[in-house]
Amino acid sequence: MRRIVLSALLLAAPLWAQAGGGAVPLDKANIDLDNRQSLWHGAKLFVNYCMGCHSAQYMRYNRVGKDLGLSEDDLKQYLVFGEKKVGDTMTIAMRPEDAARWFGTPAPDLSLVARSRGPDWLYTYLRTFYLDPKRPFGVNNLVFKDVAMPHVLWELQGWQKPVYRTVKRADGHEEKIIERLELAVPGKLSPAEYDKAVRDLVAFLTYVGEPAQFERKRLGPWVLAYLALLIVVFYVLKKEYWRDVH
Amino acid sequence: MSAMKSLLGWIDARFPLTKLWNEHLAQYYAPKNLNFWYFFGSLALLVLVIQIVTGIFLAMNFKPDAGLAFGSVEYIMRDVNWGWLIRYMHSTGASAFFVVVYLHMFRGLIYGSYRGPRELLWLIGMVIYVALMAEAFMGYLLPWGQMSYWGAQVIISLFGAIPYFGEDLALWIRGDYVVSDATLNRFFAFHVIAVPLVLLALVVVHIMALHEVGSNNPDGIEIKKKKDERGIPLDGIPFHPYYTVKDLVGVAVFLFLFAAVIFYAPEMGGYFLEHDNFVPADPLKTPEHIKPLWYFTPFYAILRAVPNKFLGVVAMGAAIFVLFLLPWLDRSPVRSIRYKGVLSRIALAVFVVSFLALGWLGMQPATPTLTMFARLFAVLYFAFFLLMPIYTRIERTRPVPERVTFK
Repeated sequence: MRRIVLSALLLAAPLWAQAGGGAVPLDKANIDLDNRQSLWHGAKLFVNYCMGCHSAQYMRYNRVGKDLGLSEDDLKQYLVFGEKKVGDTMTIAMRPEDAARWFGTPAPDLSLVARSRGPDWLYTYLRTFYLDPKRPFGVNNLVFKDVAMPHVLWELQGWQKPVYRTVKRADGHEEKIIERLELAVPGKLSPAEYDKAVRDLVAFLTYVGEPAQFERKRLGPWVLAYLALLIVVFYVLKKEYWRDVH
Repeated sequence: MSAMKSLLGWIDARFPLTKLWNEHLAQYYAPKNLNFWYFFGSLALLVLVIQIVTGIFLAMNFKPDAGLAFGSVEYIMRDVNWGWLIRYMHSTGASAFFVVVYLHMFRGLIYGSYRGPRELLWLIGMVIYVALMAEAFMGYLLPWGQMSYWGAQVIISLFGAIPYFGEDLALWIRGDYVVSDATLNRFFAFHVIAVPLVLLALVVVHIMALHEVGSNNPDGIEIKKKKDERGIPLDGIPFHPYYTVKDLVGVAVFLFLFAAVIFYAPEMGGYFLEHDNFVPADPLKTPEHIKPLWYFTPFYAILRAVPNKFLGVVAMGAAIFVLFLLPWLDRSPVRSIRYKGVLSRIALAVFVVSFLALGWLGMQPATPTLTMFARLFAVLYFAFFLLMPIYTRIERTRPVPERVTFK
């Protein structure tokens, strides 16, 4: 029996290692959705850097305003540009067929990207672009190999270059793998500031994935408290009725 | 009061209201020793009601159209008042339905509730279970995410493995050569009208059959054998008020857990709402790893365990069909596991482990090692049923008590 349990565990071990998807372990995003300042900063990064190509077509500007506690003037000054109205959804002018021609694939809508990829993936992805002359935009990515997207946040992060390490494979062949990334050209932000900016952006995307989550978490304790009380009342009622059953 | 009484008399002269009330509640005598495992029947009824009511409100805002479906679900989640709550109740309710139904079926398994004279009750229950699987499968296509789409693609293509007419059958089910708008439309019709109607009718039939034969109990003995001078079972108590108030406790505890999921973990770590399903369906992009939701994975694991596709489909069908045969496979002189012998206990433990292991394996990518394990557990799964006529007959059972016991 013990042997079965042991082999079952051994069996499962490589699976856990694979569960991340890629070879690169994901860094913890540690986002804080209660920090409205962080979300607000993330929103500004999103409209300024991401919305050139990516939409959040299910998200309304005024919903962002309502949930983050922003006035309509704030929205108009910092988030809603051009012809757009505050009641509009966060769509973009770039047509998918143009995007497909320029980048090889249309830039996906990001309304739900935090729910499909997860915050940790996004956080790691946005921090692991590195210089790779073989790619059309000169950059590659550690968690999304050969991604079509250029490094849009380069002016904040700067450019990273890979540091290689040679490993011997089981069959004797030698292989160069990327050990880590090194900052080659500094950007406007220090690495710590850049991590924080990406964390804010990921926090905003996580909010955008499910705007109802604030309301959900606010109501949760009340609903559970009511139901806990109901359990007690029904239990006492049952006890009373069942007193004569032996 | 007398006005109420005369109104009741007026109704009773035209409709058997009091008669129905008495037959099914006030004078339906249930064994007094029903334990924890007996909560799940009434809870299944509760979840059915939750699904129907939330489903009505979802259908008011959902668009069964390949171009609009995904967006309409997000519209419900964001712009419809309380839409997120209704949608989470429905998505969590689907998983809760299977949790409750699996526990309800397990109760029948351990206490021998499928044994005569309750064979038909068990068969009706099994038909409900199959209808529920159809309902869940078709409902899962509606959000039109990647996993909705590809899950349906894979499962419908299984019909194509049937020789001679399989491909035509799959085509007929889809209404197209691939899962498409036509499939979405017909699945919507089945999910909101056809299958729920069948389910409701079957549930009524299930309860009528139950009340005809009477509830089994953890001791697996007939309470109708010992009656008092008025013809009431000595160990029976009226369902109402005793079990109505007792079931209310179960309802409150269930709702507490249900709400905890809805308000704190509606995705349940990807088990109730899969991460890939937040990506709109794309017929040109096959996801890396297609898997059904957790409640189908034991059968999916059996399907994949068989190297031949058609035989895999047969094995999967057999894994469900064999449950129908339970009343005739069990040859034990006693019903309940409490008085069965050691072989039955071991077999039951092996079955539970196999079912859970298959459930886990069905979620994993099929590596050669895991497939070997799936084969092992699939064999054990079938062994539980197919060897039942032998091990239930040769083992030594313990004597059953004259009257029901509380333990």
